[in-house]
Formats: sequence, structure tokens, C-alpha cells
Amino acid sequence: MKEELDVLERTVASEYKYGFVTEIETDVVGKGLNEDTIRLISAKKNEPEWMLEWRLKAYHHWLKMEEPKWPNVKYPPINYQDIIYYAAPKKKKSINGLEEVDPELLKTFDKLGISLNEQKRLTGVAVDVVVDSVSVATSFKKQLADVGIIFCSISEAIQNHPELVKKYIGSVVPMTDNYFTALNSAVFTDGSFCYIPKGVRCPMELSTYFRINTENSGQFERTLIIAEEESYVSYLEGCTAPKRDENQLHAAVVELFAHRKAEIKYSTVQNWFPGDENGQGGIYNFVTKRGICMGDYSKISWSQVETGSAITWKYPSVILKGDNSIGEFYSVALTNHFQQADTGTKMTHLGKNTRSRIVSKGISAGKSQNSYRGLVKVGKNAENARNYSQCDSLLLGDKCGAHTFPYIESKNKTAVIEHEATTSKIGEDQLFYCRQRGIDTEAAVALIVTGFAKEVMNQLPMEFAVEAQKLLAVSLEGSVG
Amino acid sequence: MLSIKNIHASVEGKQILKGINLEVNAGEVHAIMGPNGSGKSTLASVLAGREEYEVTEGSIEFLGKDILELSPEDRAREGLFLAFQYPVEIPGVSTTNFIKTAVNEKRKYHGQPPLDAVSFMKLMKEKMKLVEIDKSLLTRSINEGFSGGEKKKNEIFQMAMLEPKLTILDETDSGLDIDALRIVASGVNKLRDENRAIIVITHYQRLLDYLQPDFVHVLLNGKIVKNGTKDLALELEEKGYDFIKDEFSVPV
Repeated sequence: MKEELDVLERTVASEYKYGFVTEIETDVVGKGLNEDTIRLISAKKNEPEWMLEWRLKAYHHWLKMEEPKWPNVKYPPINYQDIIYYAAPKKKKSINGLEEVDPELLKTFDKLGISLNEQKRLTGVAVDVVVDSVSVATSFKKQLADVGIIFCSISEAIQNHPELVKKYIGSVVPMTDNYFTALNSAVFTDGSFCYIPKGVRCPMELSTYFRINTENSGQFERTLIIAEEESYVSYLEGCTAPKRDENQLHAAVVELFAHRKAEIKYSTVQNWFPGDENGQGGIYNFVTKRGICMGDYSKISWSQVETGSAITWKYPSVILKGDNSIGEFYSVALTNHFQQADTGTKMTHLGKNTRSRIVSKGISAGKSQNSYRGLVKVGKNAENARNYSQCDSLLLGDKCGAHTFPYIESKNKTAVIEHEATTSKIGEDQLFYCRQRGIDTEAAVALIVTGFAKEVMNQLPMEFAVEAQKLLAVSLEGSVG
Repeated sequence: MLSIKNIHASVEGKQILKGINLEVNAGEVHAIMGPNGSGKSTLASVLAGREEYEVTEGSIEFLGKDILELSPEDRAREGLFLAFQYPVEIPGVSTTNFIKTAVNEKRKYHGQPPLDAVSFMKLMKEKMKLVEIDKSLLTRSINEGFSGGEKKKNEIFQMAMLEPKLTILDETDSGLDIDALRIVASGVNKLRDENRAIIVITHYQRLLDYLQPDFVHVLLNGKIVKNGTKDLALELEEKGYDFIKDEFSVPV
């Protein structure tokens, strides 16, 4: 067994293949955060006065707040003045198409395997690409507009659809929600805006690809998705960043609104640079994501595959306000080397006959720490609430940790809440069985981990499920014990 | 096909095999019998390449290659198959997916392209009939919740799918009822041909009734002390291991 461990530890550690830097002209605002920085960001984006006021209000709240200390993650104090809050590739975003996008950027996305080419209709996925602080391209906008769907960067939405943005921004995640949402509300730079009109089923997957490029910059994206009555949208978020020695902060806010009988499916495949095998560098991924099932019979489903980031701290949640509404959370969180994750979900049952389902699969390897934190809250008027939670941990090796913090708060005695949890290791016997059948250790681990994560992977849109599976296998290289 | 010369092996510092010599040729069936603790499972583990077992002396050649230099997966890909005494469960990995991976890894090793889905299903159907394995077992996680008999049948099914040159059956008959034993033995017999060899490790005569070995070897205290034909097995069945121990004045 010891020999097997040694052999595996000596195996080449996975190369984070998205770690390259793109050399392009970038417009950068100096480091530091004060009112002027915010005014500058707002001015660069040509924002209306009300937006600037909103930002400044958030900033003043932030100054009075304190960074939370309760998560099961350790990191050195962040110097908020040592971060660049705005960095944008100089070439302007074109309205016409990709011809005007900086060719270096196009090359970058080719390398990352992201298809910006609308000709590649096979996958039928519309992509909005955000590099550092700006959206650089959005495909299929016209085709979507033809059915009344708005899919653009949030900066554009603030300009072209201010009434919609004003109505919804900050209503699911108020700026005062937590330290990082206050920060984000003050300095958010770009993200996606989707609006699906009544009765429309979005004909293709919508996705945003986030790429951090500039050194010492933070990325504060803001995404807002609104699904009117009886509409449907499936949205995917992908993210990568270059390898650097310093940590970079990614503090995003995502708000989802589902009106009556609407459905929003939000999937994330997160592969931010996780730090090297000594725990040096890597992204801090501190994100607040929340959806509200506002209308009756509405549904919001979060699916995530988290393999990157030095530290992942996020709880995509659903507020089940409408009667008969449904919230779902499917997650595979993988930590390796020195990564830390404290992730989970909050399901708040307020309406009648609401249902929630939580399936969380944690995989820990190396010297990493992986925590699941989940809250199921049932309000006193939430009659017949149903919840099912399943939280499984797989430990690879004996130097990593898996922790579970389930919280249940129920104020209504008709609620039925079920929780199941398992912890397992990949046994040496299982590995030998595979090897005796000609399956080497790495392939065996990939097989077993894929089987472990299957239920969650099945929730991802097909196009991305394959990539996500490969990502899991690559992230696990050299990790078995 | 297999040439074991003077093998000494130990586990956790304790010497188990004290000089094993064995020659197995294609087309032959060899039975290895012996009381508990004689080293039968150790021999199987050493052949398969279990890393806890240290070979301190001797050599093993398989198809002309020094297999002590090969990893367990390479030995398997060369055509060595061990039907485990206690097949392990792997939740989340379906039997089908597992076998498909194994089949394609072997093909890759031999420079062949992987089997496409249709060809693979065809192969599965053919072998399922051969081994009388129920279709429902194939979609389930491998060995999870399988009865003892189902696990052993699954081992033989994998043997059918991988078409190994040398199969080692490690106490395959343990835990099987009469019917299961018949089906397992029948499956093994259908997979015999003059290019393949089988080593059957067992305590009992029952399986040997079906398999009719060409050679029987008795293992005692880490050494093969007696060689014979299937009649030797019958003699053991009748007299027990004591008569061998007495012959070799080995303390019980």
C-alpha cells in the first residue's frame, strides 16, 4: 500500500493547462479602492447616475462591515488596497461580430476550447465572454433577440435596459447581505444579463466564460437572470485564470428570478487556477449566488463542478417563495494539493408544498480540506415542505479532510426533511481489482471518481458533461492513496 | 507458457513461499491444493503482482517475459487473469463500464483500436450466454449487492470477455451452491482451448470433478511437496491432507 502511494505521489502532477497569460493591451486603473476608483469605473462604463449612487451606497456599507471569519478555510488577510479593480482589453467590443475582437484574445479562446465562432452551430451555445472586467464578445445576440430574449453583458443592460436592471438588481442579494456582496455591489465590473420573456423557452444554452488575465486584479462579476412566467433557460458559467504566485480575488454575485411556472437551470464548471502543488497562488473564489422562486410552480436548479480555486467559498441558494416551487442543488467539489473548499447551499422554504433536493459530492485528495455546509430552513407558514439532502465524501489518501456541517431549522411540523451522508475511501483492494483487469491506477481512480460523481454530472448539459468529466480526471492526477 | 523457478516470497516480513517450481504449458489445467496456510493464495497474489508480497528469490516467466518486472496491469494486459476469491465491490461503476474499460485498455496495449459501442454490446451478448449471467447484473455497480454465486459468475464472465492466456482461479468454488458451481465450471470449460492454460486453486474435489485437471500439485508449508494427476486429488479427498503431512513428516 505504501509503495502504491509513493508511486502515485511521484506521478506527474496535473499541469493546469489554462495557466498561460495573454499579452494584450489592457486599460488598467491603478491599485486601490476609494470613492474615486468607483467613480472611475462607473465613468468608464458610461453608467447612468442612479447606478453610480447605488455603487457608492454599497461602498459606504462595505466600509462599515467586517470580513466574516466563520468558514472552515484559512487564508492570510487580503489587502484590499493592493488590488486592481478595473482592467479591460483595450480593443473595444464590437457590435458587429468577432472581426474587431483583439486577435490575441481570439487565440486565447481557441486555446481554451471556447467556440466564439457562430458558425459552430453544432453545439448551439451562445457565449458571452468576459475577460478581466469586460465582456468582449457575445454570440447569437440577434437570433435570441428575435424571440425577445435579451442576452448581453450587464454593462450593456445597464445602458439599454435600465428599467429591468433597476427593478431586479440587489433584490435577491441585497448589497448588505455580506461583506463580499457589499464589495461586489460597489465595484462590480461585468457579467451577464439574461431576460427571458413570458412563455419563451430559450432555444439554446446561454453561457458566460470568465477569464481573469491581468496581474493583481480582482474579478467582481455580477450576473442577473430573469425568467418571466412560463419561460425556461439553461445557463452555463465556465471560468479559468492564469497561473500566478499571488492569490487573486474573485467575488461574484449571481441573482436569479423565476416567475410563475418558470424554470432556470444554472450550471457552473469552475476551474480557476487552484494554486501549485505547494499551495502557492491560486484564486480566492468567494461568491454569493442566490435564486428566488418568486412565482408558484417555479423551479431553480444549481449544478456545479468545482475543481479549481485555492479557496472556494460559496453557497448557491434558493428561496422557495412561490407555492409548489422547487429548488435543487447538485454539486461535485474536488480539492487537491492544498486547496480548501467550504461550499454548500441554503434552501429556504416559505411557500406551501415546496420541495428541495440537495446532492453534494465532495472529493478530497492531497492535503486539501473540503467542507460541505448546508442549511434547510422551513418557515412557519411553509406547509408540507419536503427536503432530501445527500452529502457524500470521498477521501483519496490520508492527508486530506472532509467535513460536513448540516443545519436544519424548521418552524413547521408538517415538514419532511431527510438527510443522508456517507464517507468513503478508494480501497487498496478496489484499486488492485482494477489493475488486475488491466486498468492502471490513474484510470481506475478516474473510473471510480466518475462513478461517485455520476448523479451530479448527469445534471449538466450534455455538451459540458464530457468536459467536466475530463476535468475531474485531470484534476486528480497524482492524487491517489 | 508459465515458468515458476524457485520462488520465495514473504509478506510483512514473514516467509510464505519457500521455493516453488512449476511449469504450465498451453492447453493444460493444473490444480493446486493444500491445507489452509500452505501458501495457495500467496502464490496467486505473487503471480498477479500484489505489491504487499515481496519476492525474495527466484523468477517467473510468462510467455517468455520476466513478469516480476511488470506492473499488475501490464501482467493482465499480457494475458494473465486472476479470478478473485473475494471479488471486491466498486459502487458507482457499472459492471458494463468496468469491463469495457478493461477490454479497451488491453486492446490499447496491443496496439488495437478500442471497440465501438455496437461491437462491444455484441461481444457482451455472446459471452453472457456462455456464462449464463443475468443481464440485470451488468447495469448494476460491479459486485455491489451481488450474492456469492453472482460474484463468482461475474469473475468468469470477465474472463470470457478478456480472453486471457492464463487464468488463475483462486478458490472459485468457495461459497457456491451446487447449481452455481455447475454453471461456473461449465463456463470455465467452455473457455478452454489448446492455446490457453488454467491454474485452479482449491481445497475441494467438487470443482475438479467438472474441470478434470491434467496435473495436481500439493502445496504444504510454502513448497510443492507432491505432484500427480487427477487421481491424486481423489486420493486427497479420501484420505485428507494428513497422509501427505505424514509422508513428509511435517508437524501438523
